Amino acid sequence: MTAARMPISLRINGEQVETTVQARTNLVDFLRNEQQLTGTHVGCEHGVCGACTVRVDGRIVRGCLMLAIQANGTTVETIEGQSDSGKLEELQAAFHRHNALQCGFCTPGMLLTAQELLDSDKPITREVIRDQISGNYCRCTGYQAIVDAVEEVAIARRGASL
Amino acid sequence: MSERLHELDRPNSYIGKSVPRPNAVHLLQGRGRFVDDKVLPRMVHAAFVRSPHAHARIRGVDADEAKTLQGVIAVFTGEDMAAAIAPWSGVLTHLAGMRSPEQPALARDITRWQGEPVVMVVAQSRAIAEDAAALIEVDFDPLPEMCDMEGALDSDAVVIHPELGNNLCWERLVETGEVNAAFSDPANTVVDRTFTFGRHTGVTLEARACIADYDQAEEALTFHYSGQSPHMMQAILAKHLGFEEENVNVIAADVGGSFGIKIHTYGDEIATAAAAKLLRRPVKFAADRFESFVSDIHARDHRVKARLALGQDGRIAALEIDDLTGIGPYSVYPRSSGIEANQVLNLTGAPYDIPAYRGRARVVFQNKNVMCQYRAVGHPIANSVMEGLMDDAARQLAIDPAELRRRNLFADDAYPVTSVTGMKFADLSHHACLGKLLDMMDYEGLKSERDALRKKGIHRGIGIVSMVEVTNPSPMFYGVGGAPISAQDGATVRLDANGAVHVSSSITEQGQGTETILAQIAASAIGVDIAKVKVTTGDTRTTPYGGGTWASRGAGIGGEAMLLASRALKSQILEAAATVLQARPEALDIEAGNIVDTGGTKPRMSLAELGKLVYYRGNELPSDVRPELIATRHFRVTDYPFVFTNGAMASYVEVDIETGMVKLLGHWVVEDCGTVINKKLVDEQIRGGVVQGIGGALYEECLYSENGQLQNATMADYLVPMAGEMPDIEIAHIETPSCTSDLGAKGAGEAGTCGAPGAVMNAVNNALEPLDASVAQHPITPERLLRALSVID
Ligand code: FES
Ligand code: FES
Repeated sequence: MTAARMPISLRINGEQVETTVQARTNLVDFLRNEQQLTGTHVGCEHGVCGACTVRVDGRIVRGCLMLAIQANGTTVETIEGQSDSGKLEELQAAFHRHNALQCGFCTPGMLLTAQELLDSDKPITREVIRDQISGNYCRCTGYQAIVDAVEEVAIARRGASL
Repeated sequence: MSERLHELDRPNSYIGKSVPRPNAVHLLQGRGRFVDDKVLPRMVHAAFVRSPHAHARIRGVDADEAKTLQGVIAVFTGEDMAAAIAPWSGVLTHLAGMRSPEQPALARDITRWQGEPVVMVVAQSRAIAEDAAALIEVDFDPLPEMCDMEGALDSDAVVIHPELGNNLCWERLVETGEVNAAFSDPANTVVDRTFTFGRHTGVTLEARACIADYDQAEEALTFHYSGQSPHMMQAILAKHLGFEEENVNVIAADVGGSFGIKIHTYGDEIATAAAAKLLRRPVKFAADRFESFVSDIHARDHRVKARLALGQDGRIAALEIDDLTGIGPYSVYPRSSGIEANQVLNLTGAPYDIPAYRGRARVVFQNKNVMCQYRAVGHPIANSVMEGLMDDAARQLAIDPAELRRRNLFADDAYPVTSVTGMKFADLSHHACLGKLLDMMDYEGLKSERDALRKKGIHRGIGIVSMVEVTNPSPMFYGVGGAPISAQDGATVRLDANGAVHVSSSITEQGQGTETILAQIAASAIGVDIAKVKVTTGDTRTTPYGGGTWASRGAGIGGEAMLLASRALKSQILEAAATVLQARPEALDIEAGNIVDTGGTKPRMSLAELGKLVYYRGNELPSDVRPELIATRHFRVTDYPFVFTNGAMASYVEVDIETGMVKLLGHWVVEDCGTVINKKLVDEQIRGGVVQGIGGALYEECLYSENGQLQNATMADYLVPMAGEMPDIEIAHIETPSCTSDLGAKGAGEAGTCGAPGAVMNAVNNALEPLDASVAQHPITPERLLRALSVID
């Protein structure tokens, strides 16, 4: 049952990682338990809450729905890397100002999910923001402050008209 | 503002300002320290075999194969754990007549709900522990279940605890005034209805988790816990595991949501602590989502028959309610599962001046997961029942719903006043809140819009509620009933050598902003920049003794303790400074971290200079001057059993009568929580609470099969409010400070969850009014709505 470990090679937050992993280990468990990247969270292990959101080759994925071994050869970015790189600075500051987090458990996933929208060329409205984060569960905030924060960054980046 | 709060309008006054939370930054960076993020040396992991049956005899456990699995450390059965853990019983002595048998950490002989922990496996990793759990064979002999609370007291019902004779946990009756006369008076209008509230649960995004770390050398236990009430947990762990209380240290760092879920005694967590002791190494248990659904306490599950008599002038003549609630097989320890029903009896109709009242509550056992206190305990039921009846009455009497409330709410100058349900109220403002609400939402404009759209076949409705919320409880809630739960809180404040202020408090943080408001209060009262205040909470070894987070008590009780301690430190500082500066303490003040002359701004000495002088160069002080630059104060509410918050709320919805879907168009809240310390944080508490209330009103329900199987124990099947469906929520405040403290703050954490379900239900029913249909079962699912419309049977 405790199957053999398979070699895996990937880039995590800019660092090359060469290690082994069990075939059954999903990406989020691998990141949390084997790479000590605990900023990515586990809420449902079912693909519905978004707490485990990470970026794989530049696109957001649910770390609980992907096996670690499937990330072999990819570039993985987590909240730690995105935060240290400064790419989330504006959005983090807006979240802070608007109190768009309470317990903060959903926050890493929310930030990466919102960042994807802000970096896209999609038109952004409050509805579009709500739609973008509609797969990310937050029990604490009621979502409005999150929408406010994302909207504020969108306006700052794209001008008042959005 | 409270007249006794003189720390306002000063240079370092942060009270009333929306200061962003300093302790939110690490969470934004992914640097949270949640329990499951922690790794201790030699730590091992727990998993549980849980009962697949609602009711079954355990004939035997075969763990032979599991034990041979590589990486398995130990397997513990109910009998093993019974030898290490004293059982508990969730009864409070002040809820007279309450009964609940002893509950073991792991089931022994008989399992009484699906999800009850039966066998514990400890292994090198959670994955291995789960593998081993799957290999354990438990020989269950299923017994007939008793699931439906309606039949629990029937003479032929299966009795879950035969030694009790029947399934009644607790019953309470109250009667005041001429109830029968009011209902039989032909001049009165009577409305009656039965309301049902399904079970829902907390679904904290971070599931329950703990790490127990046993130190054999010291006979000590360190318990890292995702929870709300460290001192309560300390007492419980000590008592049931046989530790000296002072040898148990409970630490709650970052907590990923709690809402009342993480304040109860869970067998799996106590077993984790016992395993750590038995194995002499740290053991972690982090529940997965399925375990959360079947073992985190559930909430609500009430059926309330209610009726209201009113005179033709619309004045209430009498109220009668009969509440039946199913709590699972045990009353939960140590808060008991009777408090919610008690709150329903105490709070139904509480905003109104009612002359006669009869209430009955019956709390019954059943073979479902346990039910206990969750955010806004009892309030959504009390409020939805009363406000539902008020709207029924308004329809029947053809009086505008807002006007009907105005005619019955206690006058704003009536306080102090005692409600017919026995609640002692002070400092409330129902009329002011309702008035402000109607203005804010443009009530008349909204009514015209609704009426115009009705003609076009668009079904919109407006729902209004008035509410009270129990906050800042005195010891009358739990302590009086024998529970190890503190109703007072403490704060310690000290000045360091560099002029920084370190504060610690027994109230706890789960994201609501506890540490921020503590810093705001300390900085304001002492006169320093808020960046100079460092806050510690959530550690029984380093914080003063107190209750933690529950019943919306943090700001009101813990905040007052912080205010008193900070004022005491300020006096100490001024006394020491007076010696050094050869001035009278009254002639000095503190501003921006400097000693100044009272009324002046020119620094005479910085707090850092004072600190260094006192701590490093005490030789410069006269030998009889021994400054204490540390102060501790505690606070509890006296004179009133509870400090009530009040408010008014409205919802505007559109009902699709073909699909049964409810669209939330708007939601408004006016809240009077006394002194608002940080408006942004209060508003966000209210918004989050409203959305939780909406969840209960429209989506969330633990669906059980007839034989007690929870059928939607995944987040894909159990619906929670998501961003797409939620409305923007507008909030305003009335500030009537509480007379019970200098700070004047009342609680605000549960108001949203209290009022939202009734507001949404009333809005839906208002939309359905022209169709002669109405719903009174929460959640109001599309199916129930279509049934009410006779679209389906
Ligand atoms: S843990 Fe992956 S979506 Fe919930
Ligand atoms: S802030 Fe707690 S779950 Fe979103």
